[in-house]
Amino acid sequence: MENNFIIQTEKLTKRFPMGKGEFTALKGIDLGLGTGEFTGLVGPSGSGKTTLLNIIGSLDTPSEGKVIVLDHSIGSLTAKEAARLRKEQLGFIFQSYNLLAVHTVYENVEFPLLLLGFPAGERRKMVMDALEWVGLTDKVKQKPPQLSGGECQRVAIARAMVKKPSIVIADEPTANLDAANSHNILQTMVRLNSELKTTFLFATHDEKVISYLKRKIYLLDGKVDKDEIVSN
Amino acid sequence: MRFLLKGLLRDRSRSLLPVIVVAIGVMLAVFARGYINGIMVDMIEQTARFSTGHVKVMTAAYAENMDQVPNDLALLEASQLKADLLKTFPDVEWVSRIKFGGLIDVPDENGETRSQGPAMGIGLDLFSGDSREAARLNLDKSLVRGALPGTSGEVLLSEDFSRKLGVNPGEDVTLIGSTMFGSMAIHNFTVSGTVRFGNTGMDRGTVIADLFDVQQALDMDDAAGEIFGFFKSGYYDDEIAGPVVSAFEDKFGNEEDEYAPVLVRLRDQEGLSLYVDLTSLMGAIIIIVFMVAMSLVLWNAGLLGGLRRYGEIGIRLAIGEDKGHVYRSMISESVMVGLAGTIIGTACGLGLSWLMQTYGLDISEFTKNATTSIMMPNVVRSRITPPDFFIGFIPGVLSTVAGTMLAGIGVYKRKTAQLFKELEA
Ligand SMILES: Nc1ncnc2c1ncn2[C@@H]1O[C@H](COP(=O)(O)OP(=O)(O)OP(=O)(O)O)[C@@H](O)[C@H]1O
Ligand SMILES: [Mg+2]
Repeated sequence: MENNFIIQTEKLTKRFPMGKGEFTALKGIDLGLGTGEFTGLVGPSGSGKTTLLNIIGSLDTPSEGKVIVLDHSIGSLTAKEAARLRKEQLGFIFQSYNLLAVHTVYENVEFPLLLLGFPAGERRKMVMDALEWVGLTDKVKQKPPQLSGGECQRVAIARAMVKKPSIVIADEPTANLDAANSHNILQTMVRLNSELKTTFLFATHDEKVISYLKRKIYLLDGKVDKDEIVSN
Repeated sequence: MRFLLKGLLRDRSRSLLPVIVVAIGVMLAVFARGYINGIMVDMIEQTARFSTGHVKVMTAAYAENMDQVPNDLALLEASQLKADLLKTFPDVEWVSRIKFGGLIDVPDENGETRSQGPAMGIGLDLFSGDSREAARLNLDKSLVRGALPGTSGEVLLSEDFSRKLGVNPGEDVTLIGSTMFGSMAIHNFTVSGTVRFGNTGMDRGTVIADLFDVQQALDMDDAAGEIFGFFKSGYYDDEIAGPVVSAFEDKFGNEEDEYAPVLVRLRDQEGLSLYVDLTSLMGAIIIIVFMVAMSLVLWNAGLLGGLRRYGEIGIRLAIGEDKGHVYRSMISESVMVGLAGTIIGTACGLGLSWLMQTYGLDISEFTKNATTSIMMPNVVRSRITPPDFFIGFIPGVLSTVAGTMLAGIGVYKRKTAQLFKELEA
């Protein structure tokens, strides 16, 4: 294979058991993403965006076809290997933030570093840096229930970014946010994308998100409908 | 680990509630064990005081036919033997007793029989200073009419028996029995008072007399049917009885002679072994019952995290925590919860048991007998034994851990993405 893709899929098919039969959510997806992309999967509800993100994020496995993420073949990873890939290389941002409610902002952001076994001093610096990126250094001691939606999502971004992963996967990150917060967060991510060269992969049908994307992959009914690179 | 502890302490539904449930369960388990143990031990001790002792010495021949009370096979030179026993086993209190059967005859003023009835008799050392027999049998508290025997020649009758015979304290009765050598024995006694046993059989016809009087009456000079041994601890214990048995055999054993003394433990008499074993088994039974009950409660209340925490677990898995690691941390958490609950519960349970042991529960209101009786104490007491300090840990920790393991299987079985579906919902 002659390329420098960090995410690549070939004839990726995903089927879910449904009643007696099966439902095919992804029908032969061929894609390649390079380092530093700011790309979104765009499409109507049910088109398979989340399914594709989950597989790329090693949270799920393909039924058929090949998925290579950072030289790992997702279909053949053990649960442990997949966890390690996520721990070391992937960051996740979700629609519903998914912060640990009883832990402070600081602890939420620190958590991935604890898993990676960074020493305390280094952890502290990295957490503060990440909170600096998202502009939340003054909310270190607060807990998620005391924060606004936009602030929660910024904590989630800091948590995804703190370990400087190669790829950040964001599934509808703005769905619960108002316009101002959505723009704020997208600008933060654009900045991190250019500063840290992190690859971002979104799933969205939010026009605001779409307007920031540098590449739009349109999914329709489990297939790639259109793959569009925005020239600037 | 510190991360885990922080989450645990901050999330009340994850710590406080399960700790409370565990604490209550453990408290009840510890208390129940102390209580049931108290009741069972009480019954065993009742029997010990009346008919078996903690250990009992008899002649081999007497022991063979113990239920027939064969006083012709009684121990001779009993006081010497008793002294020897005391020297060999200073931690055991030794007392001689004679059980006997006979007829109690109530004469009228002309000496003719007014009424008559069969009686079981117990001869106890009532008058020598250090015997403590009257206290052991709780005689003064069980007194219905009259007084305890104050001098030689006085006896106690069971209350029902005295009513049946129509004899009152102060009146004379005649014991008609047989001597140790098989001839007829006739002896006059004065009834000093009446007692209630709280046991139908014994209330029907029992006479309690001083040992020395009985020896006189039955021509059993310095003989005793049985020498009871009571452990200083106040409770029967196989662990104490065992060494006593073997030391006794070394010193007094003689298989040739059927009149040689033999020593029998409480558990080897009157089918008490089952009871003694049951008492020690009770702890295990209670532990199992409470463990099952507590696991069910914790499980039902969803306190063991599993389902309720799929969200948190999902996110931890997404961030790259290993499933096994998540599973183990859930279990560590449950161990902490279990330990905390058990410590609190054990403390509370022991406290309650201690109150029940020290003050007891007066159940005389619920029993028919207004007065205390010999066989049925009116105060129920718990009894704390060393196992009470740690038995709670078995149901306390095991039920939380077992429950968490079951809940954790859900985590293992489910695809990570599936946890997310539930999370997003
Ligand atoms: N675990 C599953 N079992 C069965 N069917 C599933 C499962 N997960 C997804 N699907 C189906 O696959 C299709 C694609 O789902 P997916 O969640 O990827 O859509 P989506 O593009 O993310 O939609 P949305 O914009 O609403 O989030 C849907 O029809 C969905 O019902
Ligand atoms: Mg989706």
